[in-house]
Amino acid sequence: MSRRSKMIEKIKELMYQPDSIRNIGICAHIDHGKTTLSDNLLAGAGMISEELAGDQRFLDFDEQEQARGITIDAANVSMVHKFKDDEFLINLIDTPGHVDFGGDVTRAMRAVDGAVVVVCAVEGIMPQTETVLRQALKENVKPVLFINKVDRLINELKLEPEELQNRFLKIIAEANKLIKNMAPEDKKDEWKADVADGSVAFGSAYHNWAINVPIMQETGINFKDIIDLCNAEKQKELAQKVPLSDVLLSMVVEHLPSPKVSQEYRVPNIWDGDINSPAGETMINTSPDGPLAVMVTNVSVDKHAGEIATGRVYGGQIEKGTEVYLVGSHSKSRVQQVGVYFGPERVNTDSVPAGNIVYVAGAKGAIAGETISSPEDKIKEFEGLEHISEPVVTVAVEAKNTKDLPKLIEVLRQVAKEDPTIKIDINEETGEHLVSGMGELHLEVISYRINDKGVEIQTSEPIVVYRETVAGKAGPVEGKSPNKHNRFYIEVEPIEPELFEALQNGEIKEGRVKGKESAQKFMDKGMNKEEARRVWDVYNRSVFLNMTRGIQYLDEVKELLLEGFESALDEGPLANEIVFGLKFKLVDAKLHEDAIHRGPAQVLPSIRKAIFGSIMMAQPTLLEPIQKVFINVPQDYMGSSTREVQNRRGQIVNMEQDNDMVTIESKVPVAEMFGFAGDIRSAAEGRCLWSTEMAGFERLPNELQKQIIREIRQRKGLSDEPYGPDHYLG
Amino acid sequence: MFYLVGLGLFDIKDISLKGLECLKDVDFVYAEFFTSRLFGSNFESIEKLIGKKIKVLSRSEVEEEAEFLEKSKSKDVALITGGDPLIATTHSDFIVECSKRNISYEVIHGSSILSSGPAISGLQGYKFGKVTTIPFPADNYRPKSPYLAIEENLKMNLHTLVLLDIQADKERYMTVNEGLKYLIDIKNDLDYEGLITENTLAIGIARVGSSNVLVKASTISNLISKDFGSPLHSIIIPSKLHIVEAEYLVEIAGAPEEILKDV
Ligand SMILES: Nc1nc2c(ncn2[C@@H]2O[C@H](COP(=O)(O)OP(=O)(O)OP(=O)(O)O)[C@@H](O)[C@H]2O)c(=O)[nH]1
Ligand SMILES: [Mg+2]
Repeated sequence: MSRRSKMIEKIKELMYQPDSIRNIGICAHIDHGKTTLSDNLLAGAGMISEELAGDQRFLDFDEQEQARGITIDAANVSMVHKFKDDEFLINLIDTPGHVDFGGDVTRAMRAVDGAVVVVCAVEGIMPQTETVLRQALKENVKPVLFINKVDRLINELKLEPEELQNRFLKIIAEANKLIKNMAPEDKKDEWKADVADGSVAFGSAYHNWAINVPIMQETGINFKDIIDLCNAEKQKELAQKVPLSDVLLSMVVEHLPSPKVSQEYRVPNIWDGDINSPAGETMINTSPDGPLAVMVTNVSVDKHAGEIATGRVYGGQIEKGTEVYLVGSHSKSRVQQVGVYFGPERVNTDSVPAGNIVYVAGAKGAIAGETISSPEDKIKEFEGLEHISEPVVTVAVEAKNTKDLPKLIEVLRQVAKEDPTIKIDINEETGEHLVSGMGELHLEVISYRINDKGVEIQTSEPIVVYRETVAGKAGPVEGKSPNKHNRFYIEVEPIEPELFEALQNGEIKEGRVKGKESAQKFMDKGMNKEEARRVWDVYNRSVFLNMTRGIQYLDEVKELLLEGFESALDEGPLANEIVFGLKFKLVDAKLHEDAIHRGPAQVLPSIRKAIFGSIMMAQPTLLEPIQKVFINVPQDYMGSSTREVQNRRGQIVNMEQDNDMVTIESKVPVAEMFGFAGDIRSAAEGRCLWSTEMAGFERLPNELQKQIIREIRQRKGLSDEPYGPDHYLG
Repeated sequence: MFYLVGLGLFDIKDISLKGLECLKDVDFVYAEFFTSRLFGSNFESIEKLIGKKIKVLSRSEVEEEAEFLEKSKSKDVALITGGDPLIATTHSDFIVECSKRNISYEVIHGSSILSSGPAISGLQGYKFGKVTTIPFPADNYRPKSPYLAIEENLKMNLHTLVLLDIQADKERYMTVNEGLKYLIDIKNDLDYEGLITENTLAIGIARVGSSNVLVKASTISNLISKDFGSPLHSIIIPSKLHIVEAEYLVEIAGAPEEILKDV
């Protein structure tokens, strides 16, 4: 048997031993070295040749990834690691660090049980580090730390042993503060990264070495030795003594949970079915015998194999050739192939049992977030995958050749399926479709992929997505139904800031409120008791409250009121942009006696009018998306770099100096960020590192309000000016 | 001048002489046919009869735009509806508007299902309670109130006239069968034993005002599958019957004879 087929046999054997599996994600701020690390782990475990790993960023397979030097798509790989006397199957997902592709991190975290959080020793904890930690902990994924690029601290910053140590301690302390804040209640202490027990390692992914305190004690290597070896350009020697893959994979095996351990606490968090049912028990026990439960976390289209769904088997086993049921789309499909990863490749198997990351060919129509069960044993859906930020940039896309019109629609749908964080608005009439994404880069990549799928397209300049809200209060205003026999009285004001925050970061979920249990959650976020008990609906970071009492038939029109409320918030009165951050109170209602005269045709328009009218009376305001921009440049370029920010309506928030380097933290409107990449490169003559982070929406300056509203309205083919309140309330 | 004209129940011959003269005289005629409709005559025949074009308005043209009211300031304008213009519609609003805008107006009544329905069923008009209408059920709208209105009436020994939804724009007119099914579905969703069951006596009425009128009294389970023919349909759920009412139902509407025992 060749080495290759021996390895494949090994994987097929290990995948049936959930105690011997580790599913992990590699996540970090952009450029902190995830792909370099993943490559070298693969090479160290003998899955790819050493020449391929590292410099070439082997796992950035895609041409765009290579060209841009960043990861765009999460990559699935696997390897076998021997720890003490046992062998372990490690399924690893290398995730992208750029904010625009954060959706991949969200999805990967649903497939894994543990995460290696990589932190660049030079830059330290960055905003995106915090974001990925949040994404991991929200999914009950346990983190360990790898402090990377230590070679740079030594070779470039020339730190002494003590400084080195202090730098590490600072990073660990900051990470632990975040973990403590965001970890599940019962894991806050257990999941702290601890230098002494070896759940933190430091090293150089690039130079292929890593070490942690237990190994330092074991081998007698100390910081001084490391510094000396680095200075003497003998990192190869270090790589032999403390090889990266050995140290890190052992840390993974020792400190990150197996599926068997983790599914017990993760399943109740991501699946709200009955834990004591056969499906529940099968998942809690990571058992291959029992109802099938697979969560799809990624879908991609392979030129040869067609649509490939990747996901996590939580219960039972998925077998090739069998029929499966897609719970979300209520459809059946026949699985053509299933398999696992072998290094970076896929290998087919007859079946894949609980606890593994699986790929499936033939789950027709599956999208990320879909639940796969067997047709005989349908299970409840897994919790949806909610990405923490929303699309803020839009381009209009048109086919260059009219013959491609139908194909473009098909390709757009496919692209949206592969990347659920983009939003597409198809307009078959004009042939001009809107694609919205996380940022300029995201849309560039998407446009490139559309071209790549054989449709030549033309794209407009990117435009940003705005939000509508109010600065004041208004009401009660009266919204009349067309037949005038139904009247709704509405008050509006901004939502409690704390509650807004909780909705924004997903702590409180949106949706219709059932029962009274949610009241406490709203009260904890600053709402008064009376109001908290009367929330009917949470939508677009806004709430709808029923403050009336004893109005006959109101319950019969509740559904219509909420439908009208939600649709009004999807396209606001200022510029048809999304309305958010508001509290609407229904304070009174008059209804017609007969059901026929208070049906949808009457109630929907009247509640919409009341909502629009109230917004227009409460100082309606347009908000624009803002990004934090972090720029790391040599001091000589500080002036030119800050100018670049200030020219874009940006504000400098903070500046920090570290030897010769300055880190500038600023806030800039997304609308002004187009073309920033090129401009900052020339401003700093290529000698800068920069990254961005979404910072929500802020009020557009007064002098721009009118002009931007008019621009949006013209673009959307609306009348130049928004209607006043009288238009809605007459 | 604004004229609100009811056309009556079934065909052009139901239009009153007063109405006819008015429609011949006015400058413009608009029609609102989404709350009721003449089934026995097509629209062209009305146009021929009055000698002018009629503009049929959509719901939003009637309720939101009301251009006919604006026109009535300088011209004579009539708005026609099936049945009576002010019963079972919500058009009292136009009268208020006319008064506010200083437009003179006149109402010309037509006969209405609200009187003819109970009448043709042989039940005494004095004994009816709240009227209710059953809407076509939708995902976002399936009110229980029509059912509850009947129950309340029953508790007070009052009959109920149940009107059935008209969605003229979609050419959907609810049948007796659909109406009864709606009631039974609501009953099955209640969290208590409902008063209306499949054995409850009901009266199905079709095409009131035509020579082809049909009135049939039986249990809901019998009526729910009976074909009542072309529209419009309505339902009556009687409460405790007076002897004369019961005799009529047995003789005229084919009700089972047992009902005579309960009076
Ligand atoms: N000196 C040094 N450079 C490193 C080390 N690890 C990574 N790099 C370099 O840092 C850059 C970014 O590395 P990647 O592995 O692509 O980083 P990443 O985190 O995968 O980046 P994204 O996926 O785009 O977020 C590359 O130029 C690497 O060669 C290290 O340990 N030492
Ligand atoms: Mg990468």
